[in-house]
Amino acid sequence: MNSYETVFILTPVLSDDQAKEAVQKFEGDIKGMGAKITHSENWGLRKMAYPIQKKSTGFYFLIQFEAAGSVIADYELMMKRDERVLRFLTVRMDADHVTYAEKRRAKTSAN
Amino acid sequence: MSNDIRYLTPINIDIKKDKYCRFKKSGIKFIDYKDANYLLKLVNEQGKILPRRITGTSAKFQGRVNKAIKRARHLALMPYVGDMLK
Repeated sequence: MNSYETVFILTPVLSDDQAKEAVQKFEGDIKGMGAKITHSENWGLRKMAYPIQKKSTGFYFLIQFEAAGSVIADYELMMKRDERVLRFLTVRMDADHVTYAEKRRAKTSAN
Repeated sequence: MSNDIRYLTPINIDIKKDKYCRFKKSGIKFIDYKDANYLLKLVNEQGKILPRRITGTSAKFQGRVNKAIKRARHLALMPYVGDMLK
Protein backbone atom coordinates (compact mmCIF):
# COMPACT_ATOMS: atom_id res chain seq x y z
CA MET A 1 0.00 0.00 0.00
CA ASN A 2 1.19 3.46 -0.91
CA SER A 3 -0.14 6.88 -0.12
CA TYR A 4 -1.29 8.89 -3.08
CA GLU A 5 -2.55 12.37 -3.60
CA THR A 6 -4.55 13.57 -6.53
CA VAL A 7 -5.60 17.03 -7.61
CA PHE A 8 -8.08 17.42 -10.42
CA ILE A 9 -9.89 20.26 -12.13
CA LEU A 10 -13.52 19.93 -13.16
CA THR A 11 -15.06 22.01 -15.89
CA PRO A 12 -16.78 25.21 -14.68
CA VAL A 13 -19.78 24.38 -16.86
CA LEU A 14 -21.06 22.21 -14.01
CA SER A 15 -23.10 23.59 -11.15
CA ASP A 16 -21.78 23.31 -7.60
CA ASP A 17 -24.01 20.34 -6.92
CA GLN A 18 -23.02 18.58 -10.14
CA ALA A 19 -19.35 19.09 -9.28
CA LYS A 20 -19.84 17.62 -5.81
CA GLU A 21 -21.76 14.74 -7.31
CA ALA A 22 -18.89 14.03 -9.70
CA VAL A 23 -16.41 14.05 -6.83
CA GLN A 24 -18.58 11.66 -4.84
CA LYS A 25 -18.65 9.37 -7.85
CA PHE A 26 -14.84 9.47 -8.13
CA GLU A 27 -14.46 8.82 -4.42
CA GLY A 28 -16.85 5.90 -4.68
CA ASP A 29 -14.91 4.50 -7.64
CA ILE A 30 -11.59 4.85 -5.83
CA LYS A 31 -13.06 3.06 -2.82
CA GLY A 32 -14.49 0.42 -5.14
CA MET A 33 -10.96 -0.28 -6.39
CA GLY A 34 -9.91 -1.15 -2.86
CA ALA A 35 -8.44 2.16 -1.76
CA LYS A 36 -8.94 3.99 1.50
CA ILE A 37 -9.60 7.72 1.31
CA THR A 38 -7.78 9.55 4.07
CA HIS A 39 -8.60 13.12 3.21
CA SER A 40 -10.48 15.16 0.67
CA GLU A 41 -10.59 18.88 0.10
CA ASN A 42 -12.69 21.20 -1.99
CA TRP A 43 -10.85 24.31 -3.16
CA GLY A 44 -13.91 25.61 -4.96
CA LEU A 45 -14.07 27.50 -8.24
CA ARG A 46 -10.66 28.99 -8.91
CA LYS A 47 -9.18 31.04 -11.66
CA MET A 48 -6.58 29.08 -13.58
CA ALA A 49 -3.21 30.53 -14.50
CA TYR A 50 -3.86 29.87 -18.19
CA PRO A 51 -6.92 28.66 -20.10
CA ILE A 52 -7.48 24.92 -20.49
CA GLN A 53 -9.97 23.82 -23.15
CA LYS A 54 -10.86 27.49 -23.55
CA LYS A 55 -12.00 27.71 -19.93
CA SER A 56 -10.39 30.12 -17.55
CA THR A 57 -11.82 28.82 -14.28
CA GLY A 58 -12.30 25.38 -12.80
CA PHE A 59 -13.42 23.47 -9.70
CA TYR A 60 -10.34 22.22 -7.87
CA PHE A 61 -10.47 19.15 -5.68
CA LEU A 62 -7.83 17.30 -3.69
CA ILE A 63 -8.12 13.69 -2.59
CA GLN A 64 -5.55 11.80 -0.55
CA PHE A 65 -5.85 8.04 -0.36
CA GLU A 66 -4.04 4.83 0.34
CA ALA A 67 -4.01 2.21 -2.36
CA ALA A 68 -1.98 -0.50 -4.02
CA GLY A 69 0.09 0.71 -6.96
CA SER A 70 -1.87 -1.37 -9.46
CA VAL A 71 -5.01 0.69 -8.81
CA ILE A 72 -3.53 3.91 -10.15
CA ALA A 73 -3.54 2.96 -13.82
CA ASP A 74 -7.26 2.15 -13.66
CA TYR A 75 -7.96 5.32 -11.73
CA GLU A 76 -6.09 7.51 -14.20
CA LEU A 77 -7.82 5.85 -17.13
CA MET A 78 -11.14 6.68 -15.53
CA MET A 79 -10.11 10.33 -15.12
CA LYS A 80 -8.91 10.50 -18.69
CA ARG A 81 -12.19 9.16 -20.01
CA ASP A 82 -14.31 11.54 -18.01
CA GLU A 83 -15.13 14.64 -20.00
CA ARG A 84 -15.85 16.69 -16.91
CA VAL A 85 -12.20 16.53 -15.88
CA LEU A 86 -10.05 19.25 -17.42
CA ARG A 87 -6.78 18.22 -15.81
CA PHE A 88 -5.57 15.85 -13.13
CA LEU A 89 -2.34 14.97 -11.37
CA THR A 90 -1.68 11.97 -9.16
CA VAL A 91 1.50 11.73 -7.15
CA ARG A 92 2.78 9.12 -4.74
CA MET A 93 3.52 10.64 -1.37
CA ASP A 94 6.93 9.87 0.12
CA ALA A 95 7.57 9.98 3.87
CA ASP A 96 8.25 13.74 3.93
CA HIS A 97 5.15 14.42 1.90
CA VAL A 98 3.01 12.33 4.26
CA THR A 99 4.20 14.21 7.35
CA TYR A 100 3.66 17.49 5.50
CA ALA A 101 0.14 16.42 4.53
CA GLU A 102 -0.68 15.53 8.14
CA LYS A 103 0.55 18.89 9.35
CA ARG A 104 -1.43 20.66 6.65
CA ARG A 105 -4.55 18.72 7.56
CA ALA A 106 -4.18 19.65 11.22
CA LYS A 107 -3.79 23.29 10.23
CA THR A 108 -6.84 23.39 7.98
CA SER A 109 -9.04 21.57 10.48
CA ALA A 110 -7.98 24.04 13.20
CA ASN A 111 -9.23 26.99 11.18
CA MET B 1 53.86 62.28 -0.87
CA SER B 2 50.72 60.30 -1.39
CA ASN B 3 48.25 60.97 -4.13
CA ASP B 4 45.66 58.47 -2.97
CA ILE B 5 42.13 59.52 -3.61
CA ARG B 6 40.34 60.10 -0.38
CA TYR B 7 36.64 60.00 0.18
CA LEU B 8 34.75 61.75 2.91
CA THR B 9 32.33 58.87 3.20
CA PRO B 10 33.32 55.30 2.44
CA ILE B 11 32.16 54.35 -1.03
CA ASN B 12 29.61 51.62 -1.35
CA ILE B 13 31.21 48.43 -2.47
CA ASP B 14 28.88 45.46 -2.60
CA ILE B 15 29.99 43.19 0.14
CA LYS B 16 29.65 39.62 -1.00
CA LYS B 17 26.87 38.12 1.04
CA ASP B 18 27.06 34.47 1.85
CA LYS B 19 24.43 32.52 -0.01
CA TYR B 20 22.60 29.79 1.79
CA CYS B 21 19.97 27.25 1.01
CA ARG B 22 16.68 28.45 2.44
CA PHE B 23 15.29 24.93 2.66
CA LYS B 24 18.26 23.57 4.57
CA LYS B 25 18.28 26.55 6.86
CA SER B 26 14.61 26.43 7.80
CA GLY B 27 14.37 22.65 7.75
CA ILE B 28 11.77 22.39 4.99
CA LYS B 29 11.88 18.86 3.67
CA PHE B 30 8.95 18.85 1.33
CA ILE B 31 8.17 21.59 -1.17
CA ASP B 32 4.46 21.72 -1.83
CA TYR B 33 3.41 22.11 -5.46
CA LYS B 34 -0.05 23.15 -4.29
CA ASP B 35 1.26 26.30 -2.62
CA ALA B 36 1.64 28.57 -5.63
CA ASN B 37 2.19 31.66 -3.50
CA TYR B 38 5.31 30.17 -1.99
CA LEU B 39 6.65 28.91 -5.31
CA LEU B 40 6.27 32.43 -6.69
CA LYS B 41 9.36 33.36 -4.66
CA LEU B 42 11.42 30.94 -6.71
CA VAL B 43 10.57 32.27 -10.17
CA ASN B 44 11.24 35.55 -11.91
CA GLU B 45 8.50 37.89 -13.06
CA GLN B 46 8.11 35.94 -16.28
CA GLY B 47 7.47 32.77 -14.35
CA LYS B 48 10.86 31.26 -15.16
CA ILE B 49 12.55 29.19 -12.48
CA LEU B 50 15.39 31.13 -10.85
CA PRO B 51 18.82 29.49 -11.03
CA ARG B 52 20.69 28.24 -7.98
CA ARG B 53 23.29 30.88 -8.67
CA ILE B 54 20.74 33.47 -7.59
CA THR B 55 18.64 31.77 -4.94
CA GLY B 56 21.47 29.81 -3.33
CA THR B 57 19.34 26.68 -3.10
CA SER B 58 21.29 23.45 -2.72
CA ALA B 59 21.33 21.00 -5.61
CA LYS B 60 19.14 18.56 -3.72
CA PHE B 61 16.41 21.08 -3.12
CA GLN B 62 16.70 22.78 -6.50
CA GLY B 63 15.61 19.49 -8.02
CA ARG B 64 12.60 19.43 -5.74
CA VAL B 65 11.81 23.06 -6.46
CA ASN B 66 11.89 22.33 -10.19
CA LYS B 67 9.57 19.38 -9.77
CA ALA B 68 7.13 21.34 -7.60
CA ILE B 69 6.99 24.27 -10.02
CA LYS B 70 6.45 22.00 -13.00
CA ARG B 71 3.63 20.21 -11.21
CA ALA B 72 2.05 23.52 -10.27
CA ARG B 73 2.23 24.60 -13.91
CA HIS B 74 0.53 21.42 -15.06
CA LEU B 75 -2.37 22.13 -12.71
CA ALA B 76 -2.62 25.74 -13.88
CA LEU B 77 -1.73 26.98 -10.40
CA MET B 78 1.19 28.80 -12.00
CA PRO B 79 1.61 30.01 -15.56
CA TYR B 80 4.04 28.45 -18.03
CA VAL B 81 4.63 31.90 -19.43
CA GLY B 82 3.72 35.00 -17.50
CA ASP B 83 4.35 38.67 -17.32
CA MET B 84 4.52 40.98 -14.34
CA LEU B 85 4.04 38.20 -11.82
CA LYS B 86 5.69 40.33 -9.15
